[in-house]
Amino acid sequence: MPLDQSAPRETVDLLIPGMSCAGCMIRIERCLSSAPGIAKARANLSAHTAHCVFDPSLTNPDALIEVLSKNGFAARLFDLNEGGKAPADSKGQDLLLRLGVAGFAAMNVMILSISVWSGAEASTRDLLHWISGLIALPAVAFAGKPFFQGALTALSAGRMNMDVPISLAVILAAGNSVLETARGGPDAYFDAAIMLIFFLLIGRYLEHRTRSHARSAAVELMGMAGRTTLRVLPDGKRLPIKVEELSPSMIVEVAPGERIPVDGRICLGSTEIDRALVTGESAPEWAALDSQVYAGMLNLTGSIHVEVIATGDETMLAEIAQMVDAAERGKGRLDRIADQVARIYAPLVHILAASAFLYWLPAQGGAHGALQIAVAVLIVTCPCALALAVPTVHTVASARLFKEGIFLKNGADLERLAQVDMVVFDKTGTLTEAESQLCSPPRRDDPAWPVAAALATASHHPLSRAIAREAKTMGIQPARVTDIIETPGFGVEGKLNGHHVRLGRHGWAGADEPSASGVALSMHGHVIRFQFTEALRQDAAETCAELSVRGLDLAILSGDRTDAVAKIAKATGISEARAAMLPGDKLAWLKARIAEGRRILMVGDGLNDSPALALAHCSMSPASASDVAKTAAGLVFTSDSLAVVARAHLIACRARRRMLECFGIAAAYNAVAIPLAVSGFVTPLIAAIAMSASSILVVVNALRLRGSR
Amino acid sequence: MTILAVLIPVSLLLGAFGLIAFIWSLRDRQYDDLEGDQYRALFRDK
Repeated sequence: MPLDQSAPRETVDLLIPGMSCAGCMIRIERCLSSAPGIAKARANLSAHTAHCVFDPSLTNPDALIEVLSKNGFAARLFDLNEGGKAPADSKGQDLLLRLGVAGFAAMNVMILSISVWSGAEASTRDLLHWISGLIALPAVAFAGKPFFQGALTALSAGRMNMDVPISLAVILAAGNSVLETARGGPDAYFDAAIMLIFFLLIGRYLEHRTRSHARSAAVELMGMAGRTTLRVLPDGKRLPIKVEELSPSMIVEVAPGERIPVDGRICLGSTEIDRALVTGESAPEWAALDSQVYAGMLNLTGSIHVEVIATGDETMLAEIAQMVDAAERGKGRLDRIADQVARIYAPLVHILAASAFLYWLPAQGGAHGALQIAVAVLIVTCPCALALAVPTVHTVASARLFKEGIFLKNGADLERLAQVDMVVFDKTGTLTEAESQLCSPPRRDDPAWPVAAALATASHHPLSRAIAREAKTMGIQPARVTDIIETPGFGVEGKLNGHHVRLGRHGWAGADEPSASGVALSMHGHVIRFQFTEALRQDAAETCAELSVRGLDLAILSGDRTDAVAKIAKATGISEARAAMLPGDKLAWLKARIAEGRRILMVGDGLNDSPALALAHCSMSPASASDVAKTAAGLVFTSDSLAVVARAHLIACRARRRMLECFGIAAAYNAVAIPLAVSGFVTPLIAAIAMSASSILVVVNALRLRGSR
Repeated sequence: MTILAVLIPVSLLLGAFGLIAFIWSLRDRQYDDLEGDQYRALFRDK
């Protein structure tokens, strides 16, 4: 809608995690731009955000979120400070700019160098060298800044890193070339200096992209939960209030289907509560006056008033989150492969260059010739290939994982996943579907179905939801049941053509065996039973079989009852199964295994798994998991099938192999190049060719990961 | 060799032109959404 140009403008950024394809992107832009008061809307598919310019007198961000949710996209305000997203973005721009400058300078210098190599002599060569220097020196100073800064920070902290040999090589090469040019000599390394920076910046930029991609995934995972609740004032009025503003002894109303926002005590009403998030127990529990409830539990059937006892950092939810933090910190910082290599490599290179300088000092005509050789050593040993290998493998692997529906939060997790020797599963929601499923349901044409569907749709109880879901997939039209009332803890009842119908506990619905599990429907004097089972997640058994074929030990740790756990253990063929474990028990069990030297992949979804997820060597959780679990896990998968666990492990192992191969190539290259450089045979031409060839070889090898099935 | 006096400035000018164009496209935020932009060409505007 075109707006008056002079109208006041405001901008807002919205985070829309559901924007997964180009079609979504276009639909989001269309529905936003057709909303009243919108001047401009542009969606960003990489960041899953939309940038809107609007007229504040006609619309507001909440209205835009409403428009999107009507079109099927959940959105929330995107605070640009969240997760450090905004500064990270400008860092990407900055790297890209430096990369561009280095690229253009390298191209120009290369053209001039080719003229030198093809035989320019005397004053022509000097002229070409001077022009190369004029282009290369400012470009090196500008584009190399990230490396110089990194080296300075490391040195001032008394450490060594890859940036130190890089900076030294570049500065020495450039400085020495200026001397050589001034002297009218043949060997200027301007081209090598700028090319080095160009290749290394490509690695830096790839690394940055993987990291910011992972970070934006993490930001999206941090919960879409509404953070406001209804406060009940003493005079009975309801007032919306932010959860952070609640304080003890206030009273809040929690409607059926909502999560309880605080720790507290029920002061009005009764209901059934889903405690799965806290205890991992799948069956709902009855809660009435004076029952204790905890933040994060799901209120299922009745509306209740809760008197606040603890909020925010004092809730049990927050305590578990603190346990996660502690476990995360306690996990020794595991070395990444690249760091291990760098620690040996960096000093070695310096020692080599220095000894070459000392060796040639008396032999060649003075310091100049010796320095020339030392510079050649530094240039050929510059860890270009290494610096490119890791980011390229990480970028390709995370793109592959992403295609399979797996988010990788950071590259180190990929390396750790390849090292695990034991996989530990949670049961509810991980090995099994988060929701119960009907077993042996009545036939489709059974007259009970439309009635059951109508009653079940009115309730939030997990068993009702299972019936409603099944009815929907079977295409059953719900009957016209009126006066539907839900009695928490018992079931739902209503009137069908003046007759009472009830769906609920067996005893309540009037069945013969009052204590049988499942629910019963009573209508016209008949009783129809619905039985439920915990369904295994898709491909769970196959995945477990595949993982054990690969030589990984499997185990189940569950907070659920022993018989339920034993059933699942049998179905998946896992012999080590522990039941009735509290979050602390899981943590203790893992600690004992880690003390034995095991490297564990923990797969879990519940809040009760979170400390274990954080402690384990590597961890995965499904997208349906609680926010805390998703935050603690290193990888998050969106697929319904458990096969992604085996898939992710396979991709991680391949990525590790590719990385080791890349290091192998780099080592082989150095084994040839270093003796040549030390013995003084490397000219600027050989240095330029050798450096580019090894970098390209390493990148091509890393890219092979893309094609493998 | 006097031809160099013409060719080198020309090649440098062309290079500088490319660099300026790149910096302009970067400032214009054309690299913010590489994933989305590859599809935009396939959709008709409005």
